[in-house]
Amino acid sequence: MNWDVIIKWLPRLAEGATLTLELLAISVIVGLIVALPLGIARSSRLWYVRALPYGYIFFFRGTPLLVQLFLVYYGLAQFEVVKTSALWPYLRDPFWCTALTMTLHTAAYIAEILRGSLQAIPRGEIEAARALGMSRATAMLHIMLPRAARIGLPAYSNEVILMLKASALASTVTLLDITGMARTIIARTYMPVEIFFAAGVFYLVISFVLVQAFKLLERWLRVDAAQGR
Amino acid sequence: MNIDLHGFGPALAAGTLMTVKLALSALCLGLVLGLLGALAKTSPFKPLRWIGGTYSTIVRGVPELLWVLFIYFGSVALMSQLGDLLGLPGLELSAFAAGVIALGLCFGAYATEVFRGALLAIPKGHREAGLALGLSKGRIFSKLVLPQMWRIALPGLGNLFMILMKDTALVSVIGLEEIMRQAQNGVTTTKEPFTFYMVAAMIYLGLTILAMTGMHFMEKRAGRGFARANS
Repeated sequence: MNWDVIIKWLPRLAEGATLTLELLAISVIVGLIVALPLGIARSSRLWYVRALPYGYIFFFRGTPLLVQLFLVYYGLAQFEVVKTSALWPYLRDPFWCTALTMTLHTAAYIAEILRGSLQAIPRGEIEAARALGMSRATAMLHIMLPRAARIGLPAYSNEVILMLKASALASTVTLLDITGMARTIIARTYMPVEIFFAAGVFYLVISFVLVQAFKLLERWLRVDAAQGR
Repeated sequence: MNIDLHGFGPALAAGTLMTVKLALSALCLGLVLGLLGALAKTSPFKPLRWIGGTYSTIVRGVPELLWVLFIYFGSVALMSQLGDLLGLPGLELSAFAAGVIALGLCFGAYATEVFRGALLAIPKGHREAGLALGLSKGRIFSKLVLPQMWRIALPGLGNLFMILMKDTALVSVIGLEEIMRQAQNGVTTTKEPFTFYMVAAMIYLGLTILAMTGMHFMEKRAGRGFARANS
């Protein structure tokens, strides 16, 4: 193992890491916001409310992220309407395409997590809220969602780690995230083992930090206490 | 959208076959690695436990795409050294072999946890019963523990297989002619990216549905004789 090469290219890999983290932050935060209505609609009792989010979730969970990314990045350019629209400067940019695809992708998974959490809330608690005179919306906002957030947090943290790893696909659309940067450096140095090793360590460190951060968050939100029925 | 795909239909069908082959090969490797990993992680020997733990932690913490690239490009030097040793100059890993190894490795790391959970879920008394009957350790594992693990591990393994099938798309990056690669070939000629990637997406959806149906029947068969508790 040639350590000098690793040390020499470490700053460039760190640059890539910032891009990875940007993509990750955008996708899991915006994805969570998109997932809220999706997950609530998905757990509806009415089939026509449930159908659309079900189809969305089914498509995004049933196809590889790579296909979705290529559909957005390369595929949209097939339509003249898109090319002439005001959004074209964004949809032409690999960064926004990747951010958009990752957001839509993770929203489907988070919506499914949210559905599971909403359905895991003990029925008595919802009935208690309704019995106190809360409207459905108030009960959802003040009782069900905070409760679901605590139930779903461990699964959400898993999803964030999965998205961290999924962000490596950004390298396939010319972005220089950790993996993309590593590939570029290797094209110049012909040292795949060293550089990929360093890139792997970057991912391991980031996921370790994220796991610890979520552990703190879980302690702060007292997730353990909320699990007791 | 054209239905005939400008004559790329057969190529996509061949790609689908390649994807299925890749997924099944990686599944076989992954199941073996997962089982070994779980045995290592639950073993009474500390070094073995450490190996199992490190394997599952490290492999799960690094993106699948990075593993695919690492094994394909990183093995070149190693394989050529090995080739010189064996007198086979220019020996290298094919894209298929690299894909199977990388995806199998990732599948195995997750399967380690699934198998470990299943292993721990088997009551201690069953093992003791085996010992009392005078069965050897290997027989207790293969005749008593393994068949029972199957039922418990099956749902988890099904999920992992679904993930594995979608991860096969990553191997297109190193040039294996599977669905994604064939779709890319189609795009280069016809300049209709949306059509081809949508068809690829539909093929993956079809494969997922197929796998889901298969899992449903396997779970049903594995669970026969077990009443489901009504909640």
